[in-house]
Amino acid sequence: MKLLNHTTKYFALLLIVLISIWAVIFYFAMIDEVYDSLDDGLENQKELIIDAVKVNPDLLQDTDFGVNNYTIKRVDYIGQNKFKDSYRDTLMYMQNEDEYEPIRLLEGAFEQDGKSYRIKLITSMVEEDDQIENLFTYLVGLYLALVLSIVVLNNLVLKKVWKPFYSLIDKLKGFRIEKDEPIKQEPTAIDEFNLLNQSVERLTEKSRDSYIAQKQFIENAAHELQTPLAIAINKLELLLEKNELTGHQTEEVGGVLDNLTLLTRLNKSLLLLSKIDNRQYLEEEQVDFNGLIDNVAADFLDFATHKNMQISVVSNAKARYTMNTDLAIIMITNLIKNAILHGEEGKEIAIEIEENKVIIKNYGQDKPLEIDQLFTRFKKVSADSRSTGLGLAISKAIADKYNLQLKYSFAQQHIFTVIFNTKG
Amino acid sequence: MKILIIEDEPQMMENMRQTLEREQYTVETACDYSTANKKIGVYDYDCILLDITLPDGNGLELLKNLKQLGKDDGVIIVSAKDSLDDRIKGLNLGADDYMPKPFHMAELRARVNAVVRRRTFDGNKLIEIGNVTIDPESRSVHINVKEVVLNRKEYDVLWYMIANKTRLVTKTALAEHVWGDHIDQTDSFDFIYSQIKNLRKKLSDAAATIEIEAVYGVGYKLLVK
Repeated sequence: MKLLNHTTKYFALLLIVLISIWAVIFYFAMIDEVYDSLDDGLENQKELIIDAVKVNPDLLQDTDFGVNNYTIKRVDYIGQNKFKDSYRDTLMYMQNEDEYEPIRLLEGAFEQDGKSYRIKLITSMVEEDDQIENLFTYLVGLYLALVLSIVVLNNLVLKKVWKPFYSLIDKLKGFRIEKDEPIKQEPTAIDEFNLLNQSVERLTEKSRDSYIAQKQFIENAAHELQTPLAIAINKLELLLEKNELTGHQTEEVGGVLDNLTLLTRLNKSLLLLSKIDNRQYLEEEQVDFNGLIDNVAADFLDFATHKNMQISVVSNAKARYTMNTDLAIIMITNLIKNAILHGEEGKEIAIEIEENKVIIKNYGQDKPLEIDQLFTRFKKVSADSRSTGLGLAISKAIADKYNLQLKYSFAQQHIFTVIFNTKG
Repeated sequence: MKILIIEDEPQMMENMRQTLEREQYTVETACDYSTANKKIGVYDYDCILLDITLPDGNGLELLKNLKQLGKDDGVIIVSAKDSLDDRIKGLNLGADDYMPKPFHMAELRARVNAVVRRRTFDGNKLIEIGNVTIDPESRSVHINVKEVVLNRKEYDVLWYMIANKTRLVTKTALAEHVWGDHIDQTDSFDFIYSQIKNLRKKLSDAAATIEIEAVYGVGYKLLVK
């Protein structure tokens, strides 16, 4: 849930509670005020009538409500405290509405010429249920208006206020440590955002620096390892050439040589990866993948034949792409090599070339490989000590460098697809 | 035949010196730019092995000096940086070959032999060993004056084995030379065995006086009977 909606949600919930409480209080306060006002009116009227009765005793005959809104009745005796006014609510039939409606009634008493009279005054009153209904409607309206204005406010004002934040998030989302410069944001008027931007800038700068340092370290390490490796291998080769060793010793030295050779390959692959990452391959040209694949397939003919495999190359279209030729060769070589290495003996390796993609299929173990780890460095499928586990990682690094897509899928066969972007 | 090795890493130089001396070359060495510069000014060499990165200068400068002196010593650039840029620069400056480090001793011998032979005999000299004659120009092979047809790989194997005759050539060195660098990560080099087998058969069918012997699963050796 977005931050904006999140706050809106809480506002909306809070408003429901606030407005409900406010509605109850407001209702009682209002009703109280209405009674107060009605009662004042009734009392005033009562006094007017009592005054009028003194002048015009005929009025004492008004014993029914009829057209008047009061009645006067003669009573024999009224207790002393009965002279106090009392108010109450009651119902009365209303002709116009054809139903009983609530009214406010004042009951009082007075003396005229030594006789006691009881006086009742009425006035029509607001209908309570109507009142609540109205109040409810208006409050719902108010509530909706408030929520709406919060949403509008959020979307217009807050969105503007939070703009630097969202732009930072966008940049962070797209940040690739191997490609991008540290994230730099324009200064904003808000301190917290400035602080955040500075922290992010420092963080990305640091990560980038250590990433570069790490890459540099790998390259330097690989580079420094080359010479001692070469010396060791050459010394053993010289030793073997001297023909002074027994058969068993020769085999032992051969074993050491094999391992040193593997180490050299590993080292070379690491150097290659660093070079690709460090963008040291600049020369680009239109690479003719049809010709390239034919050549690579021919190079691997002996190896494939040894494993009793056939490599079939089907060119359905001309595939061309602008990139470094050496890297194109390495990428395709590693994929084909991979197919032969892990392919099932006696089965075919099928290479299809379309206009915008190259598909390499091989049979092998009858279950899909783990896509997540497939292109990771040093990921070995088999415990084969001869494999460096870098072949596919190198292909992937090359593909990434030139915005090619390298995909893996499984449909009885293991399928690797290189997709060229149509920019050509 | 005189060879000059210009290399600043002493053990590396010692390995190269040993292997070339075994091939009956006269080997001189220089471990820095100034020594090397003096030597190339005074003497002529059949082949100079030139390391590009020297403690007191760039090997490519030495190559320039050499050409300015009007000398045509054969030059093989040896570089720890396997960069296309250096390779192109070096070859444009007139180097005969470019060898990235690390390399196999067998590869070094083969390349030095090739450069020396090309320069000494203008590349027209046939290679003769036993009753086998190879013409590197046309890549043709004659045994007892009769032509034997080899496929590309078989020819490359034979040529490499002859360049390293009587020396043990490891399977790795052979595979990398014949099948190229890109083949390197294959699980084993057993597949070269079938090529060797075919080549052996062709040699023995033509009654060649050379044979390729397998050595304890480590490599192969070409022997003259």
